[in-house]
Amino acid sequence: MSRLHTDHLTLAYDQAVIISGMDVSIPSGQITALVGPNGCGKSTLLRGLARLLAPKGGTAFLDGKAIHQLPTRELARQLGILPQSPVAPEGLTVRELVAQGRYPHQSWLQQWASDDEAAVAKALDLTGMRDLADRPVDALSGGQRQRDWIAMTLAQETPVILLDEPTTFLDLSHQIEVLQLLERLNRDEGRTIVMVVHDLNHATRHATHLIALKAGAVVAAGAPAEVVTPELLRIVFGVEGAVVPDPRSGVPLCIAYGLADLSLVETAHADEAATTQEGTRGASQLVLE
Amino acid sequence: MSVETPRPGGAPWLTLRTRGLSLRIDRRVPPVLTIALLVMLAAMVFNIGVGEYPIPPLDVVRTVLGLPTGNEDYAFIVNTLRLPRMLVAALVGMALGISGVILQGLTRNPLADPGILGISAGAGLVAVTLIVVVQDVPSGVLPVAAFAGAVTVAALIYVLAWRGGDSPIRLILVGIGLGAICGAATTLMITFGDIYDVQRALIWLTGSVYGRSWEEFWPLVPWIVVFGPLALLLARDLNALNLGEDVARGLGSPVAWRRGLLLLTAVALAAATVAAAGTIGFVGLMAPHISRRLVGPDHSGLLPTAGVIGALIVVAADLVGRTLFAPIELPAGLITAAVGAPFFIGLLWHQRRG
Repeated sequence: MSRLHTDHLTLAYDQAVIISGMDVSIPSGQITALVGPNGCGKSTLLRGLARLLAPKGGTAFLDGKAIHQLPTRELARQLGILPQSPVAPEGLTVRELVAQGRYPHQSWLQQWASDDEAAVAKALDLTGMRDLADRPVDALSGGQRQRDWIAMTLAQETPVILLDEPTTFLDLSHQIEVLQLLERLNRDEGRTIVMVVHDLNHATRHATHLIALKAGAVVAAGAPAEVVTPELLRIVFGVEGAVVPDPRSGVPLCIAYGLADLSLVETAHADEAATTQEGTRGASQLVLE
Repeated sequence: MSVETPRPGGAPWLTLRTRGLSLRIDRRVPPVLTIALLVMLAAMVFNIGVGEYPIPPLDVVRTVLGLPTGNEDYAFIVNTLRLPRMLVAALVGMALGISGVILQGLTRNPLADPGILGISAGAGLVAVTLIVVVQDVPSGVLPVAAFAGAVTVAALIYVLAWRGGDSPIRLILVGIGLGAICGAATTLMITFGDIYDVQRALIWLTGSVYGRSWEEFWPLVPWIVVFGPLALLLARDLNALNLGEDVARGLGSPVAWRRGLLLLTAVALAAATVAAAGTIGFVGLMAPHISRRLVGPDHSGLLPTAGVIGALIVVAADLVGRTLFAPIELPAGLITAAVGAPFFIGLLWHQRRG
């Protein structure tokens, strides 16, 4: 089941087309990770899904309605977006930042109803930020700061949450901290989560659905165990490597040995392009076959 | 109706809820605003009392309230000469404080201020041109002309510096550059102007409330009455935009037109002050920073506080300017610049290290 999907979505910055005619579908109630090399269009896709970027062609749909035609406030009650490395104004406290998440639920007369108060308290509890609530955001560690921003997005009380590289610039323990929080939100709250992640192993471990992109096209989509193969590493990342089951959880674990032979990648690339042209959906077939 | 006071460990804000209405403000706002208002009133009374003909504070209050004081001259000195001048100073300060808060919030730049961004200089150029070329300008026309100049500079800044990303230093540099261009053009106007008009323009340019009467006061009022409350209504959007454009859009703020409306408000307020009192610099920079220290960054409390602090600054600057070297009067704009310039350098220093 999917509430969020795109139909021939084309996204561009000015004249530079990043994504052209893409069809993707985000499974509801799951954690979807968008992976791919730098410049593959994964952040662009996320921005398109979050109406931060208007489509040049095609449509992104939420519950069958075109996202870019929905009233912005109404959409903000359904879909939350945490952009890449946001910066909080100086002196803003943790709680005040979370309170900003209530914006789409407020009006000129109803600026702070009791459910606003409750939503903020709940978001602080879920993210474990309650004890830090009155600290200024700029006094927090990177991981705490990111948790605070996630809390703001949670206070928005949207069933769907999009996050653009939520773990970038964090050290390993803080990355795990954020990813586990997202897992918990998905499991306990049933929120649909879509995130752009750089580390493929984080994606396989913490996401239940993977969409691999390369050069603005979907190369593979599906459960990590089905999708992640040495071929995928070669085609998407240009890396020669092995995929082994994680000794504890059994999820695929990628080990990169070196850069792949470029000619092989080019061939695969040509195949992939051909596949796209034929309009064959689910390029994962290409990888699996 | 219930006014909740914060429980220990609970929300640090005050919540007011009635049927169909709920508000939240930082709990520092009511005490800070009360004290700031009292200090402002005291400064106002002293401002009126001081001069070649000193009037005791109590008699100032009695005269303003229309009570008998036993001195026939007081009524003329207070109500005709000093009260309108002081009120112009207060309104100008209020408008500059609010304008500064909006500009700093929108640009997410602690160095933004209508003076530093050249918006005041643009207003000044058009107003001086009008004074020099047309000469007898009706006082109601001056704010509109100043507004046109300010809008032009604001639009140029937007196109040249803002749209290509939000680098704080670039914004400031473009603003200072545009301000310098407007300043040069203003000097040109003055060079070619008639000596009487030039003298008038020069006094006016320094940023002074010298000789301001009810004639300057009343045209200023509608700008404050319209755009002051409008700023307050947009406080929530300013809060959202202060988190960055993407976050604001994600929160469901109609970014483009709310930002336009806020920018228009800031520019209109700044332009109205230039028309009434010339360019009084650095108030739009200092008032927001002082207020942020006092009540925090939430704009629903910050805007009114910065308005009162701004009024206090200009009223006090006028008071100091008149008493420091009495009987020689220093323009209020000179005093605010003397205090504001080091303040600006301090902020720059802090920015560079931060």
